[in-house]
Amino acid sequence: MRLLYFAWLRTRIGLAGEEVTPPPEVRDVASLLVWLRGRGAGYAAALAEPALVRAAVNQDYARPDHPVAAGDEVALFPPVTGG
Amino acid sequence: MSVRVQTEDFDLGAELERLGGADPGIGAVVSFVGLVRHLVGETPLRALELEHYPGMTERRLEALEAEAGRRWALSGCLVVHRVGRLGPGDRIVLVATASPHRADAFAACQFLIDALKTSAPFWKREETAAGARWVEARAEDEAAAAAWTAR
Repeated sequence: MRLLYFAWLRTRIGLAGEEVTPPPEVRDVASLLVWLRGRGAGYAAALAEPALVRAAVNQDYARPDHPVAAGDEVALFPPVTGG
Repeated sequence: MSVRVQTEDFDLGAELERLGGADPGIGAVVSFVGLVRHLVGETPLRALELEHYPGMTERRLEALEAEAGRRWALSGCLVVHRVGRLGPGDRIVLVATASPHRADAFAACQFLIDALKTSAPFWKREETAAGARWVEARAEDEAAAAAWTAR
């Protein structure tokens, strides 16, 4: 699974992206966030407020119950501020 | 219908001329240009850094253009959004719509910029003498975009 981080999630985690193989209990966006929070202080800080984290699976917006699987591109980012 | 994400500036006159000349039935071209403000509150801005999600950005903007094309009689539309480092007064974004008559061009242009602001994956970081900070999303922008789904 390819993970991508943008804006302050990228700077807090300290990575723009990474390849991961989450454990089997990671089935959807919500459980992916729970697993990531346990991976270190940077992750915990970046993902502390789920209300400020948006997710996209394979480049489409995804809600917390959206499934994730091996081979997916999952992006995590704050609310967008373009325009 | 076209979408461009680029670091370089755009030529507003040339873009509007091209859009308006694309179809002999066009009677109206409406454009919105977003500019980098000189002040953050009362503090002078030094620079604005724009980050985006390559791939998803284009996909979202194309989906918004397609939705605009379903809702209004458009002969063409164009979204150009800049990324990278911009300075005070620089152009950030151009949204332009062309239609046989003005009402559809106005409505589609406003829809596109309102929807872009809350759904296209761009993020702004402002730099002032006090340091740099990521811009926070505004509730007013959410409300403006939500109003279009209610119509």
